[in-house]
Amino acid sequence: MKWLWSALALLLGRGRREAVAPSAVERPRIVPRQESSPRAELAVLALLALASLAAIGFIVVYVVDRLPAQTQLLGLTLGLAFAFLSAALLVTARRLVPVEEISEPYPEPEHSAEADEVVQILDESGERMTRRGLLKVAAAGAGATLGAALIVPAASLGPVAYPDALRRSPWRRGLRLVDSKGRPIRSGDVEGKGLYTAFPQGVSHEELGSPLVVVRVEGQRLDLPEGRDPDLWAPEGIVAYSKICTHAGCAVSLYRTPLYEPTSKSPALVCPCHYSTFDPATGGGVLFGPAGRPLPQLPLEVDDDGTLRAGGDFSEPVGPSWWGVRRG
Amino acid sequence: MIRRTVRFLDSRAGVAPLAKRALRYVFPDHWSFLLGEVAMYSFFVLVGTGIFLTLFFEPGHARAVYHGEYAPLDGVRMTKAYASAVDLSFRVKAGLLFRQTHHWAADVFVVAIVLHVWRVFFTGAFRKPRELVYYVGILMLMLALLEGYLGYSLLDDLLSGMGLAIGNAVALSIPFVGGNLGALIWDGQFPGGDAFWSRMYIAHVLLLPVAIGALLALHIALIVARHHTQFRGAAKTERRVAGLPAFPGYAPRSVALACAVAAMLFLLGGVVQINPIWLWGPYEVAQATNGAQPDWYLGWLIGALRLMPGFDVTIGSYTLVPNPFWGGALFPMLVFGFLFAWPTIERRVTGDDRYHNLLDRPRDNPWRTAVGAAFMTSVAAVFFAGASDRFYLSFGIPYGPQIWFWRAVALGGPFVVFFAVRRLLTEVKREEETPAPSGFDAG
Repeated sequence: MKWLWSALALLLGRGRREAVAPSAVERPRIVPRQESSPRAELAVLALLALASLAAIGFIVVYVVDRLPAQTQLLGLTLGLAFAFLSAALLVTARRLVPVEEISEPYPEPEHSAEADEVVQILDESGERMTRRGLLKVAAAGAGATLGAALIVPAASLGPVAYPDALRRSPWRRGLRLVDSKGRPIRSGDVEGKGLYTAFPQGVSHEELGSPLVVVRVEGQRLDLPEGRDPDLWAPEGIVAYSKICTHAGCAVSLYRTPLYEPTSKSPALVCPCHYSTFDPATGGGVLFGPAGRPLPQLPLEVDDDGTLRAGGDFSEPVGPSWWGVRRG
Repeated sequence: MIRRTVRFLDSRAGVAPLAKRALRYVFPDHWSFLLGEVAMYSFFVLVGTGIFLTLFFEPGHARAVYHGEYAPLDGVRMTKAYASAVDLSFRVKAGLLFRQTHHWAADVFVVAIVLHVWRVFFTGAFRKPRELVYYVGILMLMLALLEGYLGYSLLDDLLSGMGLAIGNAVALSIPFVGGNLGALIWDGQFPGGDAFWSRMYIAHVLLLPVAIGALLALHIALIVARHHTQFRGAAKTERRVAGLPAFPGYAPRSVALACAVAAMLFLLGGVVQINPIWLWGPYEVAQATNGAQPDWYLGWLIGALRLMPGFDVTIGSYTLVPNPFWGGALFPMLVFGFLFAWPTIERRVTGDDRYHNLLDRPRDNPWRTAVGAAFMTSVAAVFFAGASDRFYLSFGIPYGPQIWFWRAVALGGPFVVFFAVRRLLTEVKREEETPAPSGFDAG
């Protein structure tokens, strides 16, 4: 170790610059002269060497293929390279460059003479025009209309008659309900304890109107809104709702089932984003949370073999609400 | 050599006077002044790592079956965006390091900006003649939030898809124009057409970064035009600025900070996993997961959406203003409205129209500090409400009562905090102003 230190010192000593450089022209100094610090220089050298080592380490780790934990090693080596460089610079800032406090006046906050001149230039430039008011109005008009003309093509971005675009739903009477693998869902598959996700057969699952939640509700709890005949909307106690929460469009993917009915809350459909909670027994009404309208319900039909089919389209538009959407 | 270069540049570009002034530009020193620099250097890391990522990432909603490096997802149908983000993490050498560093840098970027805004607020650095610097800074914070949101939304994993669904609902909820706006941005009904993905991508990799970069340049140019603020000191007065010169004193410190920021971000990016999208799976409209959390800087918006009682403006059987508007649009508008309005409010209330180059310590102005603390209390309560489901899952605190608790803190907390802080600071100030017998200097 001692040997290493002396070798380094020798190396440094040889290369070290003459501390007092004779200057040809005697000028007042700008940056003050401060004592040099060989120990700090040594520290900076060591830190720079470590930074180089870490950087080389990064290259090696990169080049060597299929290393276990390669990402971690890459991050470690690159991070350390920067860290050593940072330390070297910090020592440089504190010990190797002159540390001085200088001061100067803040800039003048106001330049009133120049400001007045600017106003004067603007005023005098306009003096040649006589009907200034009229010209201003005309120029403003031209600017506004041209601005409008340039903004109008923004309408190309998407459908402008939005209500139709936003009301899209793939469900039609007779469409079969299938699961995520495309297998038809039968009424016997729908047990009382869980939530089933269904899609329209042959339609993209990626349409907002596609996914349904299907649950079975006990007969005596069923209390659908007026005008929804249980035979059409809840055959065999099976109800289907849009899976897209009417609050913010997340998938309603939690089902609250009471462990013991008399003391705990009734079964409910819950959205995990903001915990809007809907009652499957009452046409998807909101029980809790920020949703402002019920889940859209889908009328159902049951074939002779038990296959579930849509009995029509949803009771109202699916997904989050917008200005003027019909509710309930 | 140096002499010849300087002479050459001066004779060809006339840089000497400017260079001399730039080298001797005065930087007053205080640790809290570094927060803005941390934000700036995080931005540089974001640009650097981001350029690397764009060379591999493919935006787009076209779906294909995945047969890539990550076996558990083999055979899963997913979008090009998600597949290329997974590939970029597993197949591209150093890809995961750069992706994770990019993500960490985004989180640190916003942390640094927010802390910087607090520093500027509580020291009164926004006062005349630096209102413009402040406004540009707040604007950058808004763009940074949007940029971060778009960044993690691009990947089309399950969490990002849920975030986009919520963003879509907030856009739709805006009175009068919401439906049109949503349909225009998304090119129709959510989850939107292919065009939407190109739009998000170009906004994230070009439009917003360029805007942030331009505002950053303007921010700095405006600071230089009025010089830095400083805390009072022997040589530091309203009329004179004192500190380290840019060169040789300040430059190595600042570059050291840049390297330290890069070191921290690459260490985090390499060693601490963030957003492992291959575990979330691809987004499908029919899927959602419980206990999902956005990146921290959007927590306050999730919280606002959760705290808002189920209330829509309706006429008969039609909805006019849907619920997401209150928490998702109105609340951030109020928060940023307050931040933008504050310099004017303070000037009006105090009638103080003077120039200020010296900073207040928070205790020097109990009223402002109390208002700021009250404001922060409210926003913080909403922010924590965004994690209410995590509190439920981790500590078993029931969700419903929590919502009421956070509502109470968000609305009532500010009043308590305002009076408590003002009282406390007025006491501290009074004690400080009575000369202590021992000559103890509390500064």
